[in-house]
Amino acid sequence: MGKRVLKRFLSALGTSFFVIIFNFFLFRILPGDLTTVIARSNTSPEVKQRLIEASGLDKPLMTQFGIYIKQLLHGDLGSAFYMYDNSSSVLEVIVGRIPNTVILLLTAEIIAIIIGMIIGTICAHKRATPLDTGLLSGSLVLYSMPTFWFAMLLIFIFCVNLRLFPTGGIYTAGTAYHGWMLIKDYLKHMALPSLCMGFAMVGCYAVTMRSTMIGILTEDYIQTARAKGFSTRYILLKHAIPNAMLPMATIIAMNIAFILGGAIQLETLFSWKGLGQLMYLALDKRDFPMLQGCFLISTLAVILANFIMDILYGFIDPRVKE
Amino acid sequence: MAEKMLEVKDLRVSFEVKKGLAETLMGKKETIKAVDGVSFEIGRGEILSLVGESGSGKTTTGKAILRLAPVTGGSIKFEGEEISGKSQKELHEFRKKAQMIYQDPYQALNPRQYIIDIVGEPLDVNDLCKTTEERLERIKKALENAGLVPPEDYLYRYPYELSGGQRQRVAIAGSLIMNPEFIVADEPVSMLDASIRTGIIKLMLEQRDKMGVAYLFITHDLSLAWLISDRIAIMYLGKIMEMGTADEIINHAEHPYAKALINIMPIPGKMIDSGRDILEGETPNAAVDIKGCKFCARCPVRQAICETEEPELREISPGHLCACHFVK
Ligand SMILES: Nc1ncnc2c1ncn2[C@@H]1O[C@H](COP(=O)(O)OP(=O)(O)O)[C@@H](O)[C@H]1O
Ligand code: SF4
Ligand SMILES: [Mg+2]
Repeated sequence: MGKRVLKRFLSALGTSFFVIIFNFFLFRILPGDLTTVIARSNTSPEVKQRLIEASGLDKPLMTQFGIYIKQLLHGDLGSAFYMYDNSSSVLEVIVGRIPNTVILLLTAEIIAIIIGMIIGTICAHKRATPLDTGLLSGSLVLYSMPTFWFAMLLIFIFCVNLRLFPTGGIYTAGTAYHGWMLIKDYLKHMALPSLCMGFAMVGCYAVTMRSTMIGILTEDYIQTARAKGFSTRYILLKHAIPNAMLPMATIIAMNIAFILGGAIQLETLFSWKGLGQLMYLALDKRDFPMLQGCFLISTLAVILANFIMDILYGFIDPRVKE
Repeated sequence: MAEKMLEVKDLRVSFEVKKGLAETLMGKKETIKAVDGVSFEIGRGEILSLVGESGSGKTTTGKAILRLAPVTGGSIKFEGEEISGKSQKELHEFRKKAQMIYQDPYQALNPRQYIIDIVGEPLDVNDLCKTTEERLERIKKALENAGLVPPEDYLYRYPYELSGGQRQRVAIAGSLIMNPEFIVADEPVSMLDASIRTGIIKLMLEQRDKMGVAYLFITHDLSLAWLISDRIAIMYLGKIMEMGTADEIINHAEHPYAKALINIMPIPGKMIDSGRDILEGETPNAAVDIKGCKFCARCPVRQAICETEEPELREISPGHLCACHFVK
């Protein structure tokens, strides 16, 4: 087990290193790099010069890379061109926004996994019945619907028409709640975006769960359990579902990058002050230091999440432990 | 024959299979008659071997008797009680008495369970043990009975840590702990190394001798069937072609298919030479409806009547049944 963890850790470290290098060159070598953006902006030549110097863009590429690495080692992601959340320190802004995104995505992910697993299990168990077809196509329609469209539909129904939820933001403006009231207000703002994101992903998990379970349900050990007279409920919960966890974990890990991408749309639509919305703002303003920071942090987050999933595999499947 | 335990009459299992997209859209479905009117009896402590080529419906017959495959028609009586129409709940008592052992020991055990839990599961689910000591004792006893000694070595291991033979013994221990009276053994040794087979077969015979367990022993190996069973039934395309005591079938088979199988049976000291007839062709697709004798297409002695009329399974001498127009 220890050996496996170490191996995975080294591999995650290697990937991170590659990402760090890639992240640097991506923003300098691609067309539309920093210098052109600065050159195109409407400020005076002096300000432009100052911006270029402050970003170190006048120095040779390798020197810039050295500075970038050195700053990173000091935990410094540089300064943004603009102010966000009353700060222009890239790291400070990002760190301040991480909790909002993590809470939102985690809730959405948990909703999607639980509902997806339930639907997939029911479909596999009631395979080829109208219930199976109905549930499966329902969740697939949601899955293939563009997220922004689904989100606007929800906003229209629940916020505009029914007035059940606020249309966006993380707190009700102009209030000074604290304690329980603050949490309630926060949850009320989070409900719609997390449900929207969760339901949009149900299809993916439902399909995976269904096909995995159909395979498992024909296995001999399931038949053996049936022959021993165990109830269907017991067989599903004790034998079938636990064995479906490994393929599910793989899909969950693969989905992490995907949902981070989805967060950009969703947080922007719901004005949810998270990393996704920050990325959108930075992109809109061509704020390259901020974008570079966001890219780096979110890619590292994906690597970290995959590393954690890899370790979890060992607990899910005894055969992986070696 | 000993006291009747299992009585199968005219058992039928058919599967509806959807074909390609075009056929599905046109509502065409193919029906596979995997088991097409099978009747036999098994007495207490008796071993009946079901022998036939792959695809002849042996596994489906075994599963249907245990209600693990959908029964389309016919009757299954166990200890005088009809099994085929019962709900899963009503089957509870039957489930404790009848078990199945599978061909592939790699698939028959849940890969996530420790051996102790696999074997002890029936005790846990049915709440049969009052104390953990009692549970442990019974599990150890079952492992010992299945030839896994010392049992302590196996309790906390996962199936993947064991060899094929050991896994098959675990599967057997898991069914023996329920004290079954009847076991369907579906080619239980065909995937094991020859060196381990004898041990597993001996173990099963021991259970018959000690506990009076009856077996429906499914195999494609006629010589193994001869070695261990009281009676043999030869199956072809969902039907029994010939049935009788093991010696009678091996020495006095009358059905052309049974004869062909016996002809290719390896016998120590005898070479397969030109003196033997080798069966030509392959088993036809079970989805194709055959009007006359199922063996017609491959039979060396077929006549016109064989293609239009299906022969009945008739008794040709006491206890010896055969389904061929030309065997009197
Ligand atoms: N679940 C199923 N669905 C469709 N066809 C099946 C199913 N199970 C078995 N069959 C078909 O029934 C026939 C008999 O299969 P089986 O009982 O496994 O034969 P055997 O055990 O003698 O090799 C085969 O043609 C097989 O393809
Ligand atoms: S009935 Fe005809 S085809 Fe069938 S086994 Fe007898 S001779 Fe052959
Ligand atoms: Mg088979």
